[in-house]
Amino acid sequence: MSPKKKVIMDAKEISWTIKRMAHEIVEKSYGIKDLVIVGIQTRGVYLAKRIAEEIKSIGKEEIPVGSLDITLYRDDVDSIAHQPVVKETRIPFDITDKKVVLVDDVLFAGRTVRAALDELIDFGRPRVIRLAVLIDRGLRELPIQPDFVGKIYPTTRKELVCVNLKEVDREDSVILEEEE
Amino acid sequence: MRLKHKDLLGLEYLEKEEINLVLETAKPFKELFTRSVKKVPPLRGKTVVLLFYEPSTRTRTSFELAAKRLSADVLNISSSTSSVAKGESLIDTAKTLEAMKADFVVIRHSMAGAPQILARTISASIINAGDGTHEHPTQGLLDMFTIWEKKGRLSGLNVAIVGDILYSRVARSNIWGLNKMGAKVYVVGPATLIPPRIEEMGVKVYYDLDEIIDQLDVINILRIQMERQKENLFPSLREYNEIFGITDERLKRAKGDLLVMHPGPMNRGIEISSSVADSSHSVITEQVTNGVAVRMAVLYLLAGGDSQGVKR
Repeated sequence: MSPKKKVIMDAKEISWTIKRMAHEIVEKSYGIKDLVIVGIQTRGVYLAKRIAEEIKSIGKEEIPVGSLDITLYRDDVDSIAHQPVVKETRIPFDITDKKVVLVDDVLFAGRTVRAALDELIDFGRPRVIRLAVLIDRGLRELPIQPDFVGKIYPTTRKELVCVNLKEVDREDSVILEEEE
Repeated sequence: MRLKHKDLLGLEYLEKEEINLVLETAKPFKELFTRSVKKVPPLRGKTVVLLFYEPSTRTRTSFELAAKRLSADVLNISSSTSSVAKGESLIDTAKTLEAMKADFVVIRHSMAGAPQILARTISASIINAGDGTHEHPTQGLLDMFTIWEKKGRLSGLNVAIVGDILYSRVARSNIWGLNKMGAKVYVVGPATLIPPRIEEMGVKVYYDLDEIIDQLDVINILRIQMERQKENLFPSLREYNEIFGITDERLKRAKGDLLVMHPGPMNRGIEISSSVADSSHSVITEQVTNGVAVRMAVLYLLAGGDSQGVKR
């Protein structure tokens, strides 16, 4: 039997949400001074770019965007069958004393964010690191909370939350799948 | 995608997809070198033993740096200062290292096949850092990475390996690897330094570099070992330089984007002129940087599974 699918965010909602999150980021950072955005590979990078675009139209100024691949900082390299592919990390600016907004698509156990924090701190000492996610699906295994959330959507472990972005997927959508 | 064996013994035993995987993985590792903290945690708690039965600075330090940047612990054993000098056999040394729970053994040995013996004897991952005149797979991989990064591809390129092909494990690893990746390989040198039946490895032999210099995309220059002259394999270093030395004069007919490579250490003024070594064609110092990235990729990928595809 094929898994049950449900759309929990469509393209319009994603676009409004990103706009709202951009405004919240500017508000909380009290402007765009020293603000930098770092997306976690793969979909976090595209979200980071979109948020940066929105912030640009609010603040009338370009803000630096970087990408972070957390593979080398994972805590489960001993328990997975083979080494995951390492993708590009590109932070072509100094993050020391900056206000860093870390962006990912789905917040789940919190282990990815833990790895990202460790990696970011090897790049420098930001004044503050805040976390923005499109979907918070709950089920945290570490004491990590987001500062900016697109949508809070409590799930069970049997469910799968799949974020599609048109840069890499065919459309913009967030789909909930349930294993039968 | 993963490497299919627990060991890296030679490029003869790797498939095209595995070579591609190493090259793709080396890219993000090279990026690490631009950070202020160049160390990442994936091999934390693992032990890498560098077992060198032959002198080496470049390869040994490159492996040491690669392992340390992956947070592994590194143990250096060189034959002159260890129980090897007291006559311990290779297999007994290996078993000692296994008893100490080494996860990787990087071995250089003057006998072809020594890494194979280790791989059969102990469960640690064995990496061949040069065995006799057989193979030097990480050098082959770093040479291919350098070409791939500069040219964007390997297939269809004309690559010449010039010099002492007979005694060169670097040449053999390059030939195995480049052939698999679809490059066209030429070997050039004096007849006394070209092994018989080398054509069977899928290369074309030339005794005159000037015949093909204008078609080449890459020229990989091997070191001329001074000892060879005493074996009367060529009359004099000066004559070698006249006929096979890579000089500005000789490069006049070459393509503008020809890559000049050398695995080091160089004999300036013999196989390569000083001005060519420092010219815009030369990627020799970049090969050294790439060597660390490629060796990190190999260590990282080998840590990921054994021949059954399951983590040990």
